[in-house]
Parts: sequence; C-alpha cells; structure tokens
Amino acid sequence: MSNSLDQIFISAKQWLLSFLAGAPDPIIQIASSLLNIAAVLGVFLTLFALISVLERKILGRMQNRYGPNRVGPFGLFQPVADGIKMLIKEDIVPKRADKIVHFIAPIMIAATAILALGVIPYGRNMTPFAIDGGILFFFAVGSTTELAVFMAGWGSNNKFSMLGAMRAIAQMISYELPLIIVTLPVVMVVGSLSPDAIVAAQSKFWFVLTPWGAAAFILFFVSGLVESNRTPFDVPEGESEIVAGHMTEYSGFKYATFFMAEYFGMFAISGLGVTLFLGGWQAPFAWLQFIPSYVWFFVKLSILLFVYIWVRGTLPRTRIDQIMGFAWKFMLPMAFTCVVAAAVWHYEGRGLAGWLWSLAVIAIVYVGLSRLLDTGKRFAPRTYRFAE
Amino acid sequence: MSIVAFVLISILTLAGALAAATLPKLIHAALSLVVTFLGVAAFFFLLGAEFVGLVQVFVYVGAVAVLIVFTILLTRREATAADKFNWRGAVVAIAVFAGLVWAILKTTSLSIAAPQIPALTVKRIGEVLMTDFVWPLQCVGLLLTAALIGALILVMEEKRQ
Repeated sequence: MSNSLDQIFISAKQWLLSFLAGAPDPIIQIASSLLNIAAVLGVFLTLFALISVLERKILGRMQNRYGPNRVGPFGLFQPVADGIKMLIKEDIVPKRADKIVHFIAPIMIAATAILALGVIPYGRNMTPFAIDGGILFFFAVGSTTELAVFMAGWGSNNKFSMLGAMRAIAQMISYELPLIIVTLPVVMVVGSLSPDAIVAAQSKFWFVLTPWGAAAFILFFVSGLVESNRTPFDVPEGESEIVAGHMTEYSGFKYATFFMAEYFGMFAISGLGVTLFLGGWQAPFAWLQFIPSYVWFFVKLSILLFVYIWVRGTLPRTRIDQIMGFAWKFMLPMAFTCVVAAAVWHYEGRGLAGWLWSLAVIAIVYVGLSRLLDTGKRFAPRTYRFAE
Repeated sequence: MSIVAFVLISILTLAGALAAATLPKLIHAALSLVVTFLGVAAFFFLLGAEFVGLVQVFVYVGAVAVLIVFTILLTRREATAADKFNWRGAVVAIAVFAGLVWAILKTTSLSIAAPQIPALTVKRIGEVLMTDFVWPLQCVGLLLTAALIGALILVMEEKRQ
C-alpha cells in the first residue's frame, strides 16, 4: 500500500504514456520529457504562488502586522490577484534601451532557473532528468544566470540597472566558488556526481550529521542566500539605494518573470541543499518510511524555505565590501577545510574516530581563521552627541 | 534523429559565430559568441561526452563569456563605427581553416570505425586524472596558481611611502 502511494506519480506517468504504446521510440521519449517538464512547472508554479503569499504573511507576523488578508480566505488568493495585475500592466521598454537584449534577459533568467530544477530528485525514482553529472549540470546552468543578469542591466541602459547588475555579478561570482567547493566533500565521499547516487548514499545517515557535513551545509546555505539575492545579501536590488537594480526598467509581466526566476532559483538551491546534506527524499528514521518519499522532500524543502523567510525578516542588509570580504577571507578557506575534514573522516574509517578528528580539523581552522580576521574592533552601544 | 540534431546545432553554432564576427556592437558580438559556445557544448552532448559538454558550458559560458563582457564594459564607452572590411584578416582565417581541413583529412583515425568504448563515467575520469595523467594535471595546477598570483600582484595596491 505504502509502496504504491510512494510511486503514485510514476504510475500515473506510465498510465499516460501507455496511450502512446506502439508509437515510435523518439515520440515516446519526447512525450515522457514533456510530461516531466509539465510536472516540474506545475508543482513549482503552485509552490511559487503559495510561498509568495506565505512569505508576506510570515513577514507580516514577524513585523507585528497582518500582511495580505483581503483576497479570499486568509488572503490565499492574493497571488491570483497579483498575477492578473502583472499581466494587464503596460509593458514599458525604455526608448534608449537595447530592445533585443532587454527582451531576452528575463526569458534567459527564467529558463536557467527552471533548468536547474530539472536534475533534483524529488522522490524515489522521481528525478525529472537523471543525468550522470547532475550536480555539474546544476552549477553549469547556474553560472549562466550571471550573463542573464548582465544582459538585464546592460540592456536597460540605466545607471541604476548597470550598478545593480555589476553588484549582482560580483557577489554571484565570488560566492559561486565556496558554493561549488562545499559540494566537493559530498561528491568525494559518495564518489559520484549524480544526485540520485548522493541521495541513495544517505540512506543510513544524513551528511549534515557529520562535522564536515554540518559545516559545509551552513556554508552552502549562506552561499545559497547570496546566489538567490535574498536579504541580508540583496544589495543587487537594494531598493533604498538603487531602486531595484537590474530590474529597474522592467514592468508588468517581465518584472513578474524576474520575480519568479528569483524564487525558482531559491527553490533550486534549497532543493540541492536538501539533496546534498539533508538526505534528499530519505525519511529520517526507518519506521517513518511509510510516508511517501516526495512528502519528505517537500517537508525538508519547506523548512529550508521558512528559514530563508525567517532570515529575511530578521537581518538587515549588509554592505557590499563586507559581503565580498566575507566570501574571500572566510567562506573560501572554510570550504577548503570542509574538503580536508571529509578526507580525514574517510581515512579514519567513517566511524567515531573519524567524526572526532574531522571535528578537530574544522574547529582548529575556524578558531585560527577567526583570530586571524579579528580586527580588534569591539562593538559597544553607539553614543550620540547631539541627537539625544 | 542525430543527423537532424547535428544540422540544427551546426546552423545555430555557425550563425552565432557569424553574428559574433559581423555585428557592429561589441556587446552583441560577445553575446552571440555565447550562442556559439552553447552550440559547441551541444555537439559534445550529441557525441555522448556529457562531462566535457557540461564543463564547456561551465567554463566558457559561465566564466569566459562573463570575462569578455566585463572587459568590453570596462574598456570601451561607446561602440565605435564599423571598421571597413579587413582583407588580411580574411586571408589569415582562410589559411588557418585550410590548414585545419588538411590536417583533419590527413588523419588516418578518421577512416577507422570507433572502437567500443565503455561508458565514460565521472569516476573513471577522476581515476585517470589521478593515475595516468597526474603530471599534466599538476602542470596545469601550477600554471593556474602562477596566473592567479600574477593577477593578484597586478591589482594589488602599492603602498605609498
């Protein structure tokens, strides 16, 4: 019973494909791919609508106000109203803009975000596109986002847009390095670049439970925050400084596309974090396996997304030089330490001894690095001379 | 199926390359070069070399294209007027192309049917890199480290006395 529930979507797909029985092979392949694409788009567009309203509700709760509550029960139809508003808005293109580049940028940014969602295993046998180098595919696709952001900033022919794009590219390139390096220990320990193999390797314990895994997960999460341009790292948008960064000159549905791409990027990076460190679709305990695998995946994903919203409601925006300094001086050395710690853990036999040794490696480097980076500044309540 | 894909990708790649060579605005040329890079990656996929294709996208689209775009942005303010056609460049290009064609046609391995290669996994690539090709790998690492240090020294602020 539980097994058939677990595989219900696979069975549904097989049933749909059975109508095509007897058709030539390429057609069945294309139909199967189209079904996968439709499923990914459907699920994540719904999640996007849901998360956009939930984010505003949770932020409202944290800031002691109501948040959207006018449209439908509990304001749940707010995304529908927003969507209609975005669709019927006038599409404004600046006269001096580079029309073609301006037009392609939102399409490209959305396409890369959706492509990245394709390689994540959402459940047992539920990877839309299972390729051998899935992790590499994810990052290869993610690295083209920078180009799309640049196109948006440059195509708008606006100083604010260009500034925002430059900031975005600078921080995305800087944090891509730690982001990729912290996935290395997982790839090393599993010995495969395929997300399915990585999830399968975590059937006994999740990698976040090892010292190197925990450290790598935290680094991954921070880098993910930066890559998806979320607070406290949302300087590319920085609405109080540069209007909306590279999105300044976009209106109507193109703006909505950017907004959607940002959320899709967030889903993708959280999904990869779940896959790499939190056991993917595996249940935390064997006796909990009666709950279908995709439920576990989406529960973990929602918890991560809640933390994203929580962080947004809690932390102020950081300065660009602080962001960059943090990336190169702290994140990068710590990411390399995770690789070393994972190697130590492996050669000490993956047991308790390895656990302790890798913890020691991380602790020593962490303490040393903090001593090294300590500027000696002590923070005290600010004293005001004339503003009291 | 693969013939159709080959023709489509070829058209896309060549169109990108042609646009990169002829478009008057440098940024447009750089962005069409990206199309060419993607086309080359698609060729690798078509040949079953998944890993190389992904690295192609990763390195060329993710890094080299961004680098080109940045250099254009930081060096030129306005797009200059189109230069008149440069014959010397065309001659050199044709000479290089002819040389390549000649070399490829001379290669004997083209006429031999490809042997049955076992599926190339990432694990196998790692093993080969760490055993047979460890010295080339070390040399590349040394070269890249030297380049990195050189770049750092170039941009380092000089302390005023």
